Amino acid sequence: MTLTLNHYLLVSGLLFSIGFAGVLLRRNIIIIFMCLELMLNAANLSLVAFSRFNVGADGLPNFNAQVLTFFIITVAAAEVAVGLAIIVALYRARQTTHVEDITTLKF
Amino acid sequence: MNNNEIIPWFILLNPLITAVLILFVFRKNHGTAATVSTMSAFFGLVGSLCAFTLAPTHTLVLWIDIPGLQIPIGVQLDHLSQVMLLVVTGIGFLVHLYSTVYMEHDESKARFFGHLSLFMFSMLGIVLADNFAMMFIFWELVGVSSYLLIGHWFTRDAAGKAANKAFMMNRIGDFGFMLGILMLWSTAGTVTFKGLEAATGTLTTNPMFLTAAILLVFCGAMGKSAQFPLHTWLPDAMEGPTPVSALIHAATMVAAGVFMLARIAFLIGLSPAAALIIAWIGAITSILAALMATQQDDIKRILAYSTLSQLGYMVMAIGLAPDPSGGPAMFHLFTHAFFKALLFLGAGAVIHALHHEQDIWKMGGLSKHMPKTTVTFAIGTAALTGFPLLAGFWSKDSILAAASEKSTPLYIIGLCVAVLTAFYMTRLFVVAFLGKPRTEAAHHGHDCPARMTVPLLILAVLSVIAGFVPEKWFFSAHQHFHWNIAIPATIAFAVGTAIAFKIYSGKDKDPIRVSAFRNKFYLDEIYGAIVAGTQDVLAYIANAVDSLISGIVRLAGMAAWGVGFLFRLLQFGNVQGYSFVFGLGVVGLIWFVVFK
Amino acid sequence: MNPILFYLFSILMLGFGIAVVANRNPVASAMSLVVSFFCLAALYVGLDAYFLASIQVVVYAGAVMVLFLFIIMLLDLKAEQRRKFNKLAIGGGALVALAFAAQLVGVLGSHPRGDKPFPELKLPVGESLNDLQHVGETLFSLHTLPFQVIGVLILVATIGVIVISKRELK
Repeated sequence: MTLTLNHYLLVSGLLFSIGFAGVLLRRNIIIIFMCLELMLNAANLSLVAFSRFNVGADGLPNFNAQVLTFFIITVAAAEVAVGLAIIVALYRARQTTHVEDITTLKF
Repeated sequence: MNNNEIIPWFILLNPLITAVLILFVFRKNHGTAATVSTMSAFFGLVGSLCAFTLAPTHTLVLWIDIPGLQIPIGVQLDHLSQVMLLVVTGIGFLVHLYSTVYMEHDESKARFFGHLSLFMFSMLGIVLADNFAMMFIFWELVGVSSYLLIGHWFTRDAAGKAANKAFMMNRIGDFGFMLGILMLWSTAGTVTFKGLEAATGTLTTNPMFLTAAILLVFCGAMGKSAQFPLHTWLPDAMEGPTPVSALIHAATMVAAGVFMLARIAFLIGLSPAAALIIAWIGAITSILAALMATQQDDIKRILAYSTLSQLGYMVMAIGLAPDPSGGPAMFHLFTHAFFKALLFLGAGAVIHALHHEQDIWKMGGLSKHMPKTTVTFAIGTAALTGFPLLAGFWSKDSILAAASEKSTPLYIIGLCVAVLTAFYMTRLFVVAFLGKPRTEAAHHGHDCPARMTVPLLILAVLSVIAGFVPEKWFFSAHQHFHWNIAIPATIAFAVGTAIAFKIYSGKDKDPIRVSAFRNKFYLDEIYGAIVAGTQDVLAYIANAVDSLISGIVRLAGMAAWGVGFLFRLLQFGNVQGYSFVFGLGVVGLIWFVVFK
Repeated sequence: MNPILFYLFSILMLGFGIAVVANRNPVASAMSLVVSFFCLAALYVGLDAYFLASIQVVVYAGAVMVLFLFIIMLLDLKAEQRRKFNKLAIGGGALVALAFAAQLVGVLGSHPRGDKPFPELKLPVGESLNDLQHVGETLFSLHTLPFQVIGVLILVATIGVIVISKRELK
């Protein structure tokens, strides 16, 4: 039994679905944030799998995909920093981290 | 440039330089301003006298030169302008001289004299202009400077309003004038008088068009020369200082319209229809103004309506006998300038002596205290009413002669006006100068200083002899003396004078009251109503259109608001709700793209 | 990669992923997330992406997790109170997630292009893959501009965080 690209993509997709389900189901904004990280990493996994799958003429993986993954990780780190700062500010203002209590963005 | 060419330019630019000098340098220097202005007017008169002896010249500088339109700035010294120059500078100089006394204690004397020089410059520009464009520019300058002078005492509400009225009425006429010029230019391709004269062949190919063009140009003259129905500004212009009234009435502003018509007499001659309309408008103005004059109490207003009436006469004469040399119209303008200036300056002397009292019923008995003024005023009255052998007699006869040849109704109107003229002038003279003084001020009347009476005397002499100028000054054909005109005219004069003597001698109040005449046929009120009515209708329409448009705009706004209201119901504010909908959308999209 | 290892780490990763979603306690969720990321790093190693694997561990399992834990500590979050569940919302959310996963399986099943084993790498004899060097070369040759933009982004994020976290935020 050999591993194919589809194995990795399936795992990546499932991880993404788990993250998505978490975003939909959980009410704690910090958990939602963690689930977002899960979804980002699922995307990263499929990118790395593609990189390994598309071996070029020189017999090496496609490093462009890995660079893209690198960028995603960097942006994700920045996003986490900003996002958590916003959560802290939000908590100071509202004393809550529950998304159901944060519903001012409506009519 | 030789003398022939330099003198007209000197005459034209001399008052401009004076005006600039006074308005920018001697603003505070009242005495100097008056002296400079009067000297300049004197030089202008000397220049005009020199110019009169010169052969006709025409010099020009090309100002606008593009294909299809060439507008020169040119001075055209010909017979017509030579005579007119004499009138303008002559009267102008006397008015300047008179003003030095009349305006002696005015706070803004320098401004007055600066504007007076500007006025002279504008008028001389019209006289010397060799094309319509240049004439139009100076035409407007006359409008502006008359605005400035009528509104000289601008702190008085009435003066400001009168100045505005004069300017606006003129603007109405000038609009037609401009259209007329454009029409002529579009046909003949030139705006110079010489060019138009050469292009008569082209112009007559479409008589209707030519008639319309001439009548539009005549609109300009209607404004400036105060013809019915644009005449209402002239009586109100009495709010200006009296010397200004004299200048406007005798030599400059109102004469401009008649002069312009004489300038284009060759065009009017081409269109009998236009000539007829012009003659009738003149006749209507003449008779209406004469009727109004019979019931006025203000000495200056009587003279103002008299001017209106005489201007109507001149315009009628232009329509009856368009003579490129001027014809009876210019002859009458010439003689009228002297005795009307005399009358106004005389009235000014009376007003000055009586400390700005203008109501003739508060005067009376002035002949005892102001003999010089009375005598000169009497000469002016006689000349205006057509006393035999005085100036007005000859020029009025020439107009009546032209009328009797062309049209009997106009001749009859002319005679009626002659009767009325004699009537109201005699009324003025009898009430103001004869009888007993009716107020304290009238007891203390006195003759004015020499600088004021000398112009009166000079003008009185001119009023007597002005009728005896050589006939070739004004007429291209030889004129016969008509006994059959002179006798009815003299009878008209005698009748009018006799009736007035009979009615007004020794009266303290006006025994006749005709409210229609007294209230100027309610024309001001009618105009007011028309303007107000038009405004109301326009405002109503504008309001309707506006509410329609704003209705549409509001509808669009309401639509946006309504749609927004519907859609904001979708905004339930729950982040997870949003992500649920988002996920649903993604699933749907994938299904649609991949599996469908 | 050894399929057994792949399955092991995959199942661990997915299992701890589910644990992140399922745990009531945020600290437990965060710890599950760390484990999940470690397993992901192991999968990277299996794909010969050693550099990314180490980055994954350092950035996510290290820095990001510390941040999360700090915030949880700072806000003093307790285990989530048992709230009344909106069954319709839970059901809907789960349904969407499941539909998404089902679609994924469907797509993968219907496209045979990915159903092939990974090709072998051709390396010079006696050398292992120096992926750090290759990533670096690619990064600094082909993607210099995005790299610098990322630098600016991080600067902006830093400043933004400072501004947002100031107490006097009005």
